[in-house]
Amino acid sequence: MSSNNTAGAGPSLGAGLPGASVNLGRKPRPGETAIKAVLFVSAMLSVAITVGILVALVEPVIHFFAEVPFGDFFSFDEGQRFAVFPLITATLMTTAIALMVSVPLGLGAAMYLSEYASRRARKYLKPTVELLAGVPSVVYGFFAVMFVTPTLLQDILGLGVGFTNALAAGLVLGVMIIPTIASLAEDAFSAVPQALRQGSYAMGANRMQTTLRVVLPAALSGVAAAIVLGLSRAVGETMIVALAAGSQKNFSLNPLEGMQTMTGFMATTAGGENPVGSTSYNTLFAVGLTLFVITFVINMVSIALVRRYRQAY
Amino acid sequence: MASATSSDTFPQMGSLGEVHVSAERRLPDAPVNPVMETRDLNVFYGDFHAVHDVNLAYGRHEITAMIGPSGCGKSTVLRCLNRMNDLVAGAHVEGEVLYHGQDIYQKNVDPIAVRTQIGMVFQKPNPFPKSIYDNIAYGPRVTGMKVDNMDDLVEEALRGAALWDEVKDKLKQSAYGLSGGQQQRLCIARTIATKPDVILMDEPCSALDPIATARVEDLMLELRNEYTIIVVTHNMQQAARVSDRTAFFTARPDETTGNRTGLLVEYDLTSTIFSNPNDKRTEDYISGRFG
Ligand SMILES: Nc1ncnc2c1ncn2[C@@H]1O[C@H](COP(=O)(O)OP(=O)(O)OP(=O)(O)O)[C@@H](O)[C@H]1O
Ligand SMILES: [Mg+2]
Repeated sequence: MSSNNTAGAGPSLGAGLPGASVNLGRKPRPGETAIKAVLFVSAMLSVAITVGILVALVEPVIHFFAEVPFGDFFSFDEGQRFAVFPLITATLMTTAIALMVSVPLGLGAAMYLSEYASRRARKYLKPTVELLAGVPSVVYGFFAVMFVTPTLLQDILGLGVGFTNALAAGLVLGVMIIPTIASLAEDAFSAVPQALRQGSYAMGANRMQTTLRVVLPAALSGVAAAIVLGLSRAVGETMIVALAAGSQKNFSLNPLEGMQTMTGFMATTAGGENPVGSTSYNTLFAVGLTLFVITFVINMVSIALVRRYRQAY
Repeated sequence: MASATSSDTFPQMGSLGEVHVSAERRLPDAPVNPVMETRDLNVFYGDFHAVHDVNLAYGRHEITAMIGPSGCGKSTVLRCLNRMNDLVAGAHVEGEVLYHGQDIYQKNVDPIAVRTQIGMVFQKPNPFPKSIYDNIAYGPRVTGMKVDNMDDLVEEALRGAALWDEVKDKLKQSAYGLSGGQQQRLCIARTIATKPDVILMDEPCSALDPIATARVEDLMLELRNEYTIIVVTHNMQQAARVSDRTAFFTARPDETTGNRTGLLVEYDLTSTIFSNPNDKRTEDYISGRFG
């Protein structure tokens, strides 16, 4: 580091030119140092919290596997008390249904807001959509149990579903994450430079072609991020599935049946009957860690996919 | 080194001595059977009157340059010629824009059909974030053009834009890997791939270095044989080098509101505009005396 010289140390600096006596030395900037320290601490804090959560999860899991054989945990047998796979398939089922609802509707809403709506319509619609994201999930849960299952699925569609079923839970989960996907995807669409749209229109493309072939591919990484965030919310959502999907472990691929999801299981198990440190209590953490790993893998895969297919502008 | 003044390195632009008018072509005084024509064209952005009563005729297989100080409405007029102003919120057009005698602002005219005939190249190169190949194929695909062999069409368009030799080995790579000058020629190639009749260019070289500029200018002269070109430029040497006719615009402040409304001052053969302009304002602008 030779650049930390003070003014005048460089012998020929500016010699002969007007302004040779200007002081170019470093000045102390205490304010900036303080701000930098504060920002550093906040960044480290979030890392530390994440690591802390992971450690807190792993410790009980070690106790758990000391008592329960791997085969009992990684089992498809719904009669087996510790089996995790029926919970995983239930989570995947409700999440898949949720995505089937929310991706088309969320992206459609985003496209409409960003590419079709007039400036005035957008001014009112976007905050409304974002407001929806703030509805508490217990409200959605009751909506599923009180309306979707009895009225929509049983009465209107005439489906033979029970009081709890994966379909109602998945549909309402989907409705819940529409605002998340719509709002974030709209941001991604709006960030696409206007010049690209103009280029497309100047080639004789219509609005639909411009939206689907130029704007959507250009916004793909933001759109994927929106979907992944929606997906993570669907995987992690507890209240809706606990109320609407049921609390009965059920290894089934039939969405009309009730089935307990991972988060549903955790909500039930954490209910208070299981003393801290007991094997049942530790199951909670084994399932929690599995959920954490699944979410993590989904995130990594989507990041990799986006890297591969994105069209940067 | 220290003694170098700015005028040594940057000779005064626009002095008449610097201008070289392109090799003389025999052209009639006014375009016969013009491809496009504006009649009493007025454009408004909301309440703001941007251009006033522009009457211009653009000749077939000619290059028409539109020059004038910033804000005088050159881009505005250009965007009316293929209805790109439709995309600007609040823009409103009065008067007629004739394309082969048909007013393209009539209600029954489809702006998309207009744009397939009248292509546009923008000031800043704006390739799509796709491969070079897909950039060229985009227009033919979206317009549903009948294409026997897309590969041939892509090659033809790239050759037409003098870009083929530079990119033929990397057609599947992103267009964003190209230099600015190459990107601009790609945008020209993309435009000619749909086989338009007229090509509009809005300051196509302003983001390019002199060598890339020279290549695009050569290209324009070549394209003139097949297309009608209308170009907006701030570079008077460029207008003099490539164009057949030049339209000079200026902006005049409104007495009451003070808004600067653009108007056409003079339109003539480029050689006349640069050697013997009729209007004092044209002469002042061309010789660099304009404020
Ligand atoms: N989208 C728009 N909304 C409102 N006013 C606009 C818009 N585009 C242009 N204008 C105004 O119209 C007038 C003409 O603009 P235009 O872009 O046509 O000028 P120009 O001659 O192309 O200028 P330059 O040489 O700087 O590109 C200017 O006063 C400008 O502020
Ligand atoms: Mg302009």
